[in-house]
Amino acid sequence: IVISRDKRDDFEDILEERRNSSDLRYALKCYTPVVYKGISPCKADALTNMVLQSSHLHYVISQVSKETGRAVDDVQDEASAILEEMAQRLQLSTIRFFAFTLSKVFKTLFRSICVNEEGIQRLQQAIQEHPVVLLPSHRSYMDFLLMSYLLYTYDLALPVIAAGMDFMGMKFVGEMLRMSGAFFIRRSFGGDKLYWAVFSEYVKTMLKNGYAPVEFFLEGTRSRTSKSLTPKLGLLNIVMDPFFKGEVFDMSLVPVSISYERILEESLYAREMLGVPKPKESTSGLFKARKVLSQNYGSIHVYFGQPVSLRSLAEGRVNRSQFSLVPRHIPKRPSEEIQNFVNDSAYMLVRAQEENMVLKPWVLLASLLLQNHHQSQAPGQKPGMALDELTERVVWLRDLSRQYGAFLHWPGTSRSADTTPEEELLSRAVIVLSCASYRNQALHVFLRPALLALAIHAAASTKKQEVFYSFSFLRNMFSNEFILVPGATVQDFEEACYLLVKTGALQITQQEVLVTERGHRTIVFLTSMLDPFLQGYQVRATHSWSKSL
Amino acid sequence: MTKCVTLISVLTLNLLATPFWQILILIMEIMKWNGWGYSDSRFFFNKKGQAEFTGKRYKLSGLIIPALKDWFESTFGASLQHKTPATPILNSSAVHPPTLNETFVEELKSTGIPFSHDAEDRVFRAHGHCLHEIFALREGKFGRVPDMVIWPNCHNDVVKVVELASKHNVCLIPYGGGTSVSSALECPPEETRSIVSLDTSQMNHILWIDEKNLTAHVEAGIVGQDLERLLNESGYCTGHEPDSMEFSSLGGWVATRASGMKKNIYGNIEDLVVHIKMVTPRGVIEKSCQGPRMSTGPDIHHFIMGSEGTLGVVTEVTMKIRPMPEYQKYGSVVFPNFEQGVACLREVARQRCAPASIRLMDNEQFKFGHALKPQVSSIFTSFLDGLKKFYITKFKGFDPNRLCVATLLFEGDRERVLQHEKQVYDIAAKFGGLAAGEDNGQRGYMLTFVIAYLRDLGMDYYVIGESFETSVPWDRVLDICQNVKERIVRECKDKGVQFPPLSTCRVTQTYDAGACVYFYFAFNYRGLSDPVHVYEQVEHAAREEILANGGSLSHHHGVGKLRKEWMRETVSSVGLGMLKSVKDFVDPNNIFGNRNLL
Repeated sequence: IVISRDKRDDFEDILEERRNSSDLRYALKCYTPVVYKGISPCKADALTNMVLQSSHLHYVISQVSKETGRAVDDVQDEASAILEEMAQRLQLSTIRFFAFTLSKVFKTLFRSICVNEEGIQRLQQAIQEHPVVLLPSHRSYMDFLLMSYLLYTYDLALPVIAAGMDFMGMKFVGEMLRMSGAFFIRRSFGGDKLYWAVFSEYVKTMLKNGYAPVEFFLEGTRSRTSKSLTPKLGLLNIVMDPFFKGEVFDMSLVPVSISYERILEESLYAREMLGVPKPKESTSGLFKARKVLSQNYGSIHVYFGQPVSLRSLAEGRVNRSQFSLVPRHIPKRPSEEIQNFVNDSAYMLVRAQEENMVLKPWVLLASLLLQNHHQSQAPGQKPGMALDELTERVVWLRDLSRQYGAFLHWPGTSRSADTTPEEELLSRAVIVLSCASYRNQALHVFLRPALLALAIHAAASTKKQEVFYSFSFLRNMFSNEFILVPGATVQDFEEACYLLVKTGALQITQQEVLVTERGHRTIVFLTSMLDPFLQGYQVRATHSWSKSL
Repeated sequence: MTKCVTLISVLTLNLLATPFWQILILIMEIMKWNGWGYSDSRFFFNKKGQAEFTGKRYKLSGLIIPALKDWFESTFGASLQHKTPATPILNSSAVHPPTLNETFVEELKSTGIPFSHDAEDRVFRAHGHCLHEIFALREGKFGRVPDMVIWPNCHNDVVKVVELASKHNVCLIPYGGGTSVSSALECPPEETRSIVSLDTSQMNHILWIDEKNLTAHVEAGIVGQDLERLLNESGYCTGHEPDSMEFSSLGGWVATRASGMKKNIYGNIEDLVVHIKMVTPRGVIEKSCQGPRMSTGPDIHHFIMGSEGTLGVVTEVTMKIRPMPEYQKYGSVVFPNFEQGVACLREVARQRCAPASIRLMDNEQFKFGHALKPQVSSIFTSFLDGLKKFYITKFKGFDPNRLCVATLLFEGDRERVLQHEKQVYDIAAKFGGLAAGEDNGQRGYMLTFVIAYLRDLGMDYYVIGESFETSVPWDRVLDICQNVKERIVRECKDKGVQFPPLSTCRVTQTYDAGACVYFYFAFNYRGLSDPVHVYEQVEHAAREEILANGGSLSHHHGVGKLRKEWMRETVSSVGLGMLKSVKDFVDPNNIFGNRNLL
């Protein structure tokens, strides 16, 4: 098994230049992005026409008309209306407006915005060769504005972005987002054939014609816990379709990892999880939220990952000739082969996002503090931890995570952590959950070894087979909690073994899995890492159990 | 030298009638043994570095082609300094001595049917025209070749040969014109029996012409151009003109399901045959009457057509004939881009008004066609050419790097042809097409016959290439062209080819529900240690791409051994089983053991 991560690129702070030169000139700069195969750009209107005239949509419209008895024109009008509601209207002037205002905002909020420029170069290359799909991680509302801002900065083609309908409710802002390339989709449209047809045709048309890179969030929604969400497959299915059907030669899928030192919405999320309702997206809400402007949110790291060629991904896994027996414009439920492929690719891509997430020292601190916090809940324990001890443990953990391939960003000089006075229970919970959210950023690094550690702990004996069963059980149980590629149990087990042996925590013989003397500490840390989740599941299970009695 | 060797070999047979000698000697003398076509016709670069085409047989013969060198060097990165000449003479000692089945040979002698086990005769019939076959010949390398060659003179001779072969368990491989591009003629290396090449070339007579029913009964060894010439003498034609018609035979057409350039008027081979006679190890298969259509279960002709020599030898065929057309007219249309061109062809097919032939070349082929323009005879024509070019590229706003051209051939009585022509040009105009004259059209069709000679020229200078074809539904034509061309470029790069390849295509036939697409692919192999292997890998990948894009395994070249790995997925397991059970019944001992298709 191979765990060695490719050498990662260096970062460049783009805010530095913004602090030293005119934002206005930057917003008005000459913007001439390279385009896919030198295609001549078409207007947003031409795009909607192409969609409305596509044979796919024609087919579905007549089908719907037959099924419901409505007149074709009527259904056609509905389709136009859906498209009207959905379509983006990317305008350079709006982008320039955002370029200006966001420069101001970013400079106030963040210390730095760091981007791997080699990734940008790779992306630029990819855009010229094949249609591109941008797949950023999703932790904050900021994500897509930030993405467009970056692409504008580097003179790359601006993406069109799949956004939730909730934004559209915001007066003015919704329209602004639309004019900066967002297109809006309803959160649920289950059996609505027509909606699905308009939506999928719209996305495919933009993609096939190389109109613009298509951007969407694999996780579907913002992760409130900084832990990657299991991927949603709908959009990925749609974008892959033109390749399966031979309408494009290839397609580049570009995972983008956006790591925030501190997420704008952090306490909001924690409150949300404690049951305080999520404020509805509204323009006035946005204005109220401007108090965030007075705070410091540290730095952002944006890592543009290696573009993944869909063609190479599908090589040997998808037999594209299965699409040659039905006209391509007739929508068909994907075969099991395709579904599995899309699912696996989605997991693979989310893992690629995770791998290039930058971890700050605070993330490791949070992991340790939380473990300490949980343990010190026991009566008779004094809360807190001596700074010396904490420092020593963090340094240990830093080395461990490096060996596990974590992408650490460790500053040269350490700053002392602020201590917050404990107030009432809610605010404490908020802090704990925010902390958890920090810890979660590092989860993917420790996940597989931690599952193994827990498995060793839980297994009836040290027999390799028993440990594997226990590992497999735990992995299964957590399959919706973490990003665990379906069907990859053996690989994950081997990876975990490899890592733990590498760090000297385990000894593995033909038959047995043994914890070494010095490995004890690692094992305890790793088991504790999963403790909160295990406890959570336990509480939930007991609850359901007592209810079912 | 050739003549001498052949003479001796013929003399050793010492039971031959004089006319046969002459024919045999003639064939061996006038055809190349390690390249395409006639020995006297070939391209070469003269001392001034200009390309010339030798001989007297073609319109291009004896002419200088000034632009070819530049095109050749710039397209392939090739240089006239870097030569890779072929081994000039067939070295008979490099050919494995024949494995003869003595009792078979003894009994054969008593029938009086001519045969030979001369090395040159055997090598000549051991290959088709796939790149790897010609490449090996040029290097003087011979694999497994037939152990002897037999020349039956008529149907009854074939019956005798097949009976003897069955009796003595000898492997028979039928040989017609030798123009196969599917490795169909290659001897299976694992074959341990004596392999006999059954050359049908002496069965080349028109047995009768029936003017009441417009049919002709013809021996299957006849070569396309002879068949047309002989029929023309009586005022008829079959209209079946595959690009290989100078050399390919009627029996070969039937055995591979051939398609002709003018199928829009005359039909493909399956539309042209009325009756087929084939000799199999089980006996002779034929229908009892010549009714134009029958409902008598599955058509047994369809077991024969496309059987690729695995079931028996086609000996006689009754074919439809037509009165020779009164009038023929070439034409051409320039389109601003390939997409528009395809759209126009689709519309022509929709209106079912396709001319005898309509072909659309992409931009690269258009440029290639231009590079093959012979030196102009007068200042005036070149002036006109310049004017035309100016009109198309500047005035009409066509981009010379995107435009493409369709070539047309109309046939029929004069009035109808002119009417038809107008109809097609009107449709073309709707797709931005601009009539570009008869000359361009005619040159397009002439190139069909000389293009195979060009491969030999390329092979003199490190350039190897080939063409392959497919058929595909209309809605997929553009995508398949784009994807396959790109796949070729990509694969070449991945496999270490140092120079960008030529990867081009054309749409050569239109049908109601789709089209036939031809791909041409060639590259400069300098710096590669095993160019043929690289070539084969790229072609394999291109075929995978074709299948992934909804294209067929073959439109008319057939499967042979080159493409048989894809047969199961192409016709399903049940389909393959059906074909196998036919083979098992007809030829249980695998006498026709060329191992094609299945």
